[in-house]
Amino acid sequence: MTGTDFLALSPMIALGLASVAVLLQSAVARSRQAPFLLTLAGAIAAFALIPAASSVAPHQATSLIIVDHFSLFITGLLVAGGFAVALLAYGYFERRSEDKEEFYVLLLAATFGSVLLVSSNHFISFFLGLEVLNVSLYILIAYLGERKPLEAGLKYFVLASASTAFLVFGMALVYAETGTMEFSRISFATGADSAIFVTGFALVLGGLAFKLALVPFHMWTPDVYQGAPAPVTAFVATVSKGAVFALLLRFFIETDALSNPSMLLLISILSAASMIAGNILALMQNNIKRLLAYSSIAHLGYLLVAFVAGRDLAVPAATFYLVAYFISILAAFGVVSVLSTAGKEPETLEEYRSLFWSRPWTALVLSASLFSLAGIPLTVGFIGKFFLLAAGVGSARWFLVLVLVLTSAISIYYYLRVIVALYSTPPEERVRPARQIIPWTGGIILAGLLVAMIWFGVYPSSIMNIIRSAIF
Amino acid sequence: MILVILIAVLFAGGFLVWGVGRRSPLGARWISLLLLSFNLAVTAVFWVQNHDRTSFFGGAWLADISWDWIPSLGIRFHLALDGFSLPLVALTFLLGIMAVVCSWNEIRERVGFFHFNLLFVLAGVTGVFVALDLFLFYFFWEVMLVPMYFLIGIWGHERRNYAAMKFFIFTQAASLFLLIAILALYFINGRYSGLYTFEYFSLLQTPVAGPTAMLLMLGFFISFAVKLPMVPFHTWLPDAHTEAPTAGSVILAGLLLKTGGYGIIRFVIPLFPEAAKEFAPVAFALAVVGIIYGAVIAFSQTDLKRLVAYTSISHLGFVLMGAFAWNEMALQGSLMQMLCHGISTGALFMLAGSLQERIHTRDTSRMGGLWSVMPRMGGVAMLFVMASLGLPGLGNFIGEFLVLMGVFQTSPVTSILGTAGLIFATIYSLAIIQRAFHGENSGRWHPGDLTVREMSILGVMIVVIIWLGLYPQPVFGTVLPALQQLIASTAG
Repeated sequence: MTGTDFLALSPMIALGLASVAVLLQSAVARSRQAPFLLTLAGAIAAFALIPAASSVAPHQATSLIIVDHFSLFITGLLVAGGFAVALLAYGYFERRSEDKEEFYVLLLAATFGSVLLVSSNHFISFFLGLEVLNVSLYILIAYLGERKPLEAGLKYFVLASASTAFLVFGMALVYAETGTMEFSRISFATGADSAIFVTGFALVLGGLAFKLALVPFHMWTPDVYQGAPAPVTAFVATVSKGAVFALLLRFFIETDALSNPSMLLLISILSAASMIAGNILALMQNNIKRLLAYSSIAHLGYLLVAFVAGRDLAVPAATFYLVAYFISILAAFGVVSVLSTAGKEPETLEEYRSLFWSRPWTALVLSASLFSLAGIPLTVGFIGKFFLLAAGVGSARWFLVLVLVLTSAISIYYYLRVIVALYSTPPEERVRPARQIIPWTGGIILAGLLVAMIWFGVYPSSIMNIIRSAIF
Repeated sequence: MILVILIAVLFAGGFLVWGVGRRSPLGARWISLLLLSFNLAVTAVFWVQNHDRTSFFGGAWLADISWDWIPSLGIRFHLALDGFSLPLVALTFLLGIMAVVCSWNEIRERVGFFHFNLLFVLAGVTGVFVALDLFLFYFFWEVMLVPMYFLIGIWGHERRNYAAMKFFIFTQAASLFLLIAILALYFINGRYSGLYTFEYFSLLQTPVAGPTAMLLMLGFFISFAVKLPMVPFHTWLPDAHTEAPTAGSVILAGLLLKTGGYGIIRFVIPLFPEAAKEFAPVAFALAVVGIIYGAVIAFSQTDLKRLVAYTSISHLGFVLMGAFAWNEMALQGSLMQMLCHGISTGALFMLAGSLQERIHTRDTSRMGGLWSVMPRMGGVAMLFVMASLGLPGLGNFIGEFLVLMGVFQTSPVTSILGTAGLIFATIYSLAIIQRAFHGENSGRWHPGDLTVREMSILGVMIVVIIWLGLYPQPVFGTVLPALQQLIASTAG
């Protein structure tokens, strides 16, 4: 490896070093703050090294890893997401008074895996990244060690392993047909006649669709979202899905898979089914974590609408939407995290009733994030949905556009249900439970997310220009 | 620049009153009142200065500002004002003041947040009336929605959640069609001219024809028709109007419905003249159905606010009719109808609200004989009811008369059927007065009469509606060049 390679990989290396540092530190002395601060330092270092890495981009570091502007942009997004989750988790565990060095190790490892995933253009690095992410997640989801989290963790473990098996089998089929594992040398144009090749692709797509929780591979989502600790749920919903989506985008565009009508059809079916099923199932939820789970299924369906629009329209639109989705979902789960008490998380809608009158700022963040997810102006979600529709209309995918519009209209109902609960006037006589103070780390990150939601919603050019320069 | 100031004052003022309202509710009310009065004064001065100035930028535009916003997509922050928007903008601030005044006693909780929402709705409405970039227009179009939802959902009456949600879902679903149509137009125009832009004037040149034009036209039309509201998309309106607090009803009926009419005249027909012409018979039919249906249903209502809500459906049918007739006379009538309906219905909702505040019911069957105990309110109500039924000498008459005359030139049958609306209007209008104010005071009501605060704002409304009825020429003088330009733009 050359110096340039190291420079290009420096964000990834920073994350890896940070997780080792946390391990070593906790071997020497147990402390609450030290692993947390090391994690933050690692994330900040990784983020700060992105400009340095981008000075040599695009750069192929070994045949496994590609560092280009797209992967670096997504890396920045993932690291920022991991950073936010770390902040949320600190307040969350502080309240539970538990020791949690391993949590930060795993968080860093999972972020590392996801960064590796978005930088891979080779089946090996693809698989490595995915497994690092998966294995860390198994533990993170079951982290609390209670009945529900364990159930969620086990469920995720069994289903994820099965889907990985399909994925690997698919890779093997593609390899058998083409004799290469590099994305750039797998071309759909030449392999499309072979049934083995197409089957291999479909299996890879299925494995990834599981990670993205696209219908019909979504069964695990609500249970895992509900069972996992709220900060981990935020991580599963954002960093993990974002990385897999970015990989899918690169894989399909580099191999030109969308030129194949059957692949296009598969993606369109996944997209429409996710939008429809996600939004309709969310209508019946009274548990906010399950509601957000179904909502996130629908959102990945929306993302796929841009996905099929073809390279020039798809990449900027999908990337922007990913940013919008990250910010909004992190804010929503952030609110769930900061409102958690030592014993439990507020999950039912009933627990959010009249929140606006007792905690106006927290309620404001939650409503902004719900409006953003619903795609209402003045929030980033509106601009994101606008870009998606623009991509869909621009490439004349009328069916998907129509499904998107109709299901978004349906989705407003369940977002509003939460909002109604938030703002309903409190019964006069009720004795207010003693207000617990929101952890400062959570407060900071929620404030930041609120500002981001509104700033990017009013002035999207600021981030759009970066995204446009990051198209691969 | 004036346009940016008008809108910025409302947005910034929204945050200001929210902050102030936590400490001093009265302060929030006064600040909102002052800000809106300031805006109204600025608009009025601007109007007086420009009343004889028919052209400014070569066209009929009196003020214009255009900044880059999202250059990578050709989205600009483009606001412009012509004689057609100017009266509507003035109406926005006038009704805004009215909304603040009539919520003075009614709203007692979370006063700051209430006025925040109020100012934000008004900012959205103002933006809709002056935005000339279609993306910006859509942005403002949606900005109106959330604060209105809160106004109904937090401070409304018994079934507020249901009404607020219905309102939100109806309008949001419809506006997504608008968004698709705007985007499709953007891409068609971009492919044709090579320049991707949301600029109104560029999109006017888009060569769309045949079924595509019809589909896009319908995309725009549905969104505006839901807001207007046109039968059969009207079902959100009675609920929303009835359950909203008085200020909310005033703004809904007075302003939000007008954005639908404005959209049809500004966008639907100029962008797709041929398709609109083809569609006109359907629009006429729906307008007539709306006029008669609204009137008949209104007559059978016992809830005062619901009654007034249904009359809105009837009156806005005239606007729709006038828009699709697309000649000078009908368009002038449509605009006049929008202004006068805004004022008269706003006043009627305010009266209904203050009645409810005093006797705690909106049920007309429990009222009766109120004239003897509250003569001032009786008199004012009588005047606005007369205005609403189209009594000559009051503004609404001018509007309806011109619409019917204008429509007669294109479609005599529609015009004749529409006239029936005037007769029905007389019946339900007199029924309001009869049921509420005449007869025996069976409820033994002894409410206080209208206060000075209420009388002063209603006095302004009375002056305006009489002025519009007797001497509408200044308004027409301002409006005409803009309308002529709109008509000319579709002639080619």
